[in-house]
Amino acid sequence: MSAQEPLLRVEDLRVEFSTEDGVVHAVDGISYEVQRGRTLGIVGESGSGKTVASLTTLGLTRTQGARVSGQILFEGRDLVALSDAELRAIRGNDIAMVFQDPLSSLHPFFKVGVQLIEAVRAHQDVSKQLARARAIELLRLVGIPDPSRRVDDYPHEFSGGMRQRAMIAMALSNEPKLLIADEPTTALDVTVQAQILALLERLQRELGMAIVIITHDLGVVAEMADEIAVMYAGRIVETASTATVFDAPEHPYTWGLLKSIPTLAGSRDEDLVPIPGTPPSLIRRPSGCHFHPRCPYSQPSHERIDPQLAPVQGEPGHHVACLLEADVRRALWAQLRAGRMPDEALAAVGVPQEPA
Amino acid sequence: MSAAAGEPLVQVRGLVKHFPLTRGIVIQRKVGAVQAVDGVSFDVQRGETLGLVGETGCGKSTTARLIMRLLDATSGEIRFEGQDITHLKGAQLKAVRREMQMIFQDPYSSLNPRKTIGSIIGEPFAIHGLEQGKGERRRAVQELMETVGLNPEHYNRYPHEFSGGQRQRIGVARALALKPKLLIADEPVSALDVSIQAQVLNLLRDMQRRLGLTLVFIAHDLSVVRHMCDRVAVMYLGRIVEIGPGDALYDFPRHPYTGALLSAVPVADPAARRNERQLLSGDVPSPANPPQACRFHTRCPKAQERCSIDDPPLQDKGTGTRAACHFPLSSEEVAEIGVRSAR
Repeated sequence: MSAQEPLLRVEDLRVEFSTEDGVVHAVDGISYEVQRGRTLGIVGESGSGKTVASLTTLGLTRTQGARVSGQILFEGRDLVALSDAELRAIRGNDIAMVFQDPLSSLHPFFKVGVQLIEAVRAHQDVSKQLARARAIELLRLVGIPDPSRRVDDYPHEFSGGMRQRAMIAMALSNEPKLLIADEPTTALDVTVQAQILALLERLQRELGMAIVIITHDLGVVAEMADEIAVMYAGRIVETASTATVFDAPEHPYTWGLLKSIPTLAGSRDEDLVPIPGTPPSLIRRPSGCHFHPRCPYSQPSHERIDPQLAPVQGEPGHHVACLLEADVRRALWAQLRAGRMPDEALAAVGVPQEPA
Repeated sequence: MSAAAGEPLVQVRGLVKHFPLTRGIVIQRKVGAVQAVDGVSFDVQRGETLGLVGETGCGKSTTARLIMRLLDATSGEIRFEGQDITHLKGAQLKAVRREMQMIFQDPYSSLNPRKTIGSIIGEPFAIHGLEQGKGERRRAVQELMETVGLNPEHYNRYPHEFSGGQRQRIGVARALALKPKLLIADEPVSALDVSIQAQVLNLLRDMQRRLGLTLVFIAHDLSVVRHMCDRVAVMYLGRIVEIGPGDALYDFPRHPYTGALLSAVPVADPAARRNERQLLSGDVPSPANPPQACRFHTRCPKAQERCSIDDPPLQDKGTGTRAACHFPLSSEEVAEIGVRSAR
């Protein structure tokens, strides 16, 4: 395998669920790559498909009656085409996942240590004693104090932060090459969140694993990710390096996200700029550009034409799915950045109005 | 009761709430107490927004519920417009409750799913016998719906037909129905998506400007609190550890816990990515068995022997805030942990 080959390459992944109300297009043709030892941040609101995309990577949507198409290439092997047994050998071994809610992802009846031992022995042929020693070592690695005693605690005896550490320990039990962390800190307090993020960064450095971090928190991705993919209504609408996403974003949805969060450094007098409306239903999605009903810069043709993710000229690695002209987009962002409201920016830039 | 100009709307003095811990099923013995709120004093001035921040279990929601009289205080005093409301009952309590309203965190569980929006928002009128005529009440409710940005035509719809952000607007409309003087918002946006959060925050700010409301805003998100609040109180294990004007507190935190909180907030700006993030060790201790003296000393990077013996009072530290600390942060230390003003 060449050094250039990405660890994970997702090609035109689609995941659909049939429900009584119609077909849910949870993931609608997304492609991305994760390089070894790097961190990809997937950002989006609830219902944007970010979690389903990751669950599908691990084959966890199979039992839900999902129709999956496209390719998920992990070290060159297509995970979509693997049998359940083959996938089970990879899941928890080469690819591991940390879920949002640490309480409901640990079994309440079994001691933390027992669950860790099970995770180790699922993929390694070792004795119980060795696995237990490994469990203690893992708990120590993730910063649980007094691990040789705490290994015999039940999950309810752990605090929220400790449970999330235990989950991370379990995910690390077989030294995965890829760790998928789905909102790993959302349920935690800020000081504990800071501890967990620092832990993930340290473990990444020490073990050289790649991380896909899924979150709605732009602060978390800004600190953790090397690259960012912004998802909206089952699609990736923009992807770029972290610096570019925050410095020169090109998609109106990304602008909306950035302008709608208060920051510690921003001015208090400025009103936030919310994105109007609500995220669309994934059953009946808007025509054309899925974002057009909420986009302040939408043109009549945007209701018909479906934009594809296309490279931004002169910026390798930056892709955006937007029908506005590149120079118009840049001019609009310059206005927004200077603190103008969307309608003011629109007036100042003067987007050529199409005949309706 | 005169509404003297300088008099705070709410005065809280030495407020304590202990929830007893019992053992035994038939014969219950008290074996201890969760010290949810333990000696909290502060004022809320008319027209201001006071933020209460802190981590899970610090007592911020309990404090709000005590002010609302949804819980009875173990000891201490709550004054509303100068009147002691700590032990009010019956008609007197009902009269005071008209003046203060609350918005809850979860817009899904705080609305009765079997009632229409019209009757949910109109309920405060029914309780207090206002706007009795059918047409009258409908008009009043629809006016409220319009004010908070809901379509008045949706009067007869049910909560499940609305999104999270719209439901929170319903909660705001219900809270504003009686034109209260005090509005307490307990984590009003933490269950909402980012793009929707801003809609609700702007609505609250707008309502406050238009109606001259006094707002107590409870949140764990420090950026949101900074955006919304004039003054901020930081709570830790049932106590206020620092209180002061937002700018002073965020620019120059004096209590090491405030500093650690600010240092822990992830910054949505990769250019400002800090190397030195101050990490607190361990978790918040149990409020059933809090540490002696300064409750933060077990996790405090600056703790010395004195901190475990001598409880520090809330004192003016000369930089705008009052903090309960024997060894407050210096400006060099604030710079080290990478708080905003230091950049």
